[in-house]
Amino acid sequence: MAPENKIDKKKMVVVEGSYAVAHATKVCRPNVISAYPITPQTHIVEDLSQFMADGEIPNCEYINVESEFSALSALVGASAAGARCYSATTSQGLELMHEVLFNISGMRLPVVMTIANRAVSAPISIWNDHQDAISQRDTGWLQLYAENTQEISDMTAQAFKISEDKDILMPSMVCMDGFILSHVYEPIVLLEQDLTDEFLPAFEPDYILDPKNPMSFGAFADPNYYTEFRYLQEQAMQKSLKKIEDVANEFYDVYGRYYGGLIDEYRTDDADIIIMAMGSIIGTIKDVIDKLRDRNVKVGLLKVRSFRPFPAAAIKNALKDAKVVVVLDKNISLGLNEGALFTETKSSLYNTKLDVPIVGYMIGHGGRDIKVDLIEKIIDEAQDVMKTGIKIESQFTDLKEELL
Amino acid sequence: MKILPGGVCKAGTTRVNKTGGWRTFKPVYDYEKCIKCKLCELLCPDSSVNPKDDGFFEFDYDFCKGCGICANECPKDAITMVLEEK
Repeated sequence: MAPENKIDKKKMVVVEGSYAVAHATKVCRPNVISAYPITPQTHIVEDLSQFMADGEIPNCEYINVESEFSALSALVGASAAGARCYSATTSQGLELMHEVLFNISGMRLPVVMTIANRAVSAPISIWNDHQDAISQRDTGWLQLYAENTQEISDMTAQAFKISEDKDILMPSMVCMDGFILSHVYEPIVLLEQDLTDEFLPAFEPDYILDPKNPMSFGAFADPNYYTEFRYLQEQAMQKSLKKIEDVANEFYDVYGRYYGGLIDEYRTDDADIIIMAMGSIIGTIKDVIDKLRDRNVKVGLLKVRSFRPFPAAAIKNALKDAKVVVVLDKNISLGLNEGALFTETKSSLYNTKLDVPIVGYMIGHGGRDIKVDLIEKIIDEAQDVMKTGIKIESQFTDLKEELL
Repeated sequence: MKILPGGVCKAGTTRVNKTGGWRTFKPVYDYEKCIKCKLCELLCPDSSVNPKDDGFFEFDYDFCKGCGICANECPKDAITMVLEEK
């Protein structure tokens, strides 16, 4: 059972999601921040810039760069020199970082970056979906998705602790839905400085760039050696599965707040229908579930917090008694007509004894509102799947036929 | 030898990884023409031109990749690029 959340209402303040993230980053005592403004991430780096100007982040360098490519490239050197490094971006900015993402991960630099998830161009859209981060799936970054502003704030400290662990040393993307979380004002408990100093140890890597003791990082590897480097990266990802759970529990012990480890479950105990999703849509789904449970519809939620590493075992365990699984994806792999969470959930259950029908819905592209009645309609269709089997395996949701 | 995560390694490891085999043409000195001006030593991008006791220079064929900068820049045409043969 998930521990009960103990949020101290006296400590709560109403702040914007971006401020919560910037504040959490400040509290984690970063040494180098390098970022380039892009909607809807801009408020995060503006707030951090203000903290710097006010002298509130000691022992930290804030680097103004000319692009996202440079933002992340600057952190390659800084992190290798032993600095705790932070950046934030979204959408086209994240796609421009693509090459550097591989370098950071390959050099095993535990950079933490907030992604204010946004659709990708063209057509240009500044609104939320998950296509930007999902498209960076194979770059060797951990990807954690938050449900609300309290979680994204707290997840920032968790990400530093997971990434900087000597058994892991892999970078993290902490993902929050653009606008829906980044620009919303909610009452939350800001990350506490005293507790964070207790929770998050200083970053002390074994090897650093230092002129007094010269080392090469990310050195050339010919075909005799390259495979083993990839193997070590995958091994670190596998170890991070347990680390993410451990850190979520340690966080609970120190702060009293918990949102799940790799996954979280909501009313799944006797659920026939289990909905899977990531990000802010979780809150809406929980409301729908409460409503439908009152009508005796046995529906539950499987919230996926970690998309990379992919928690295949935890998901399989959570789905073992379900009669139908519905996966909601704010992304699409064009040419497969499926979202990534759907594809990967299906694939992780193949070659197992679990034979449960799974249907996928691609939803909320480019920030289209996902309303309660739309989720109810999806659950209605899932009940049909239980009776008659799968008719459509994966489909677009809320498609406006009149525009086509 | 064990690899370290992230491809971290101590400096100077390229000494072990001999790259002379990449060469197609190799530079050869004509010491009759050489005036010991050191331009070849200065311009070699691979530090493969080493001084000898007599003030002249010799090539380190373990690492010279045959780029030909030395031959191109030599003011006395004292370096010839010769096709490598097996």
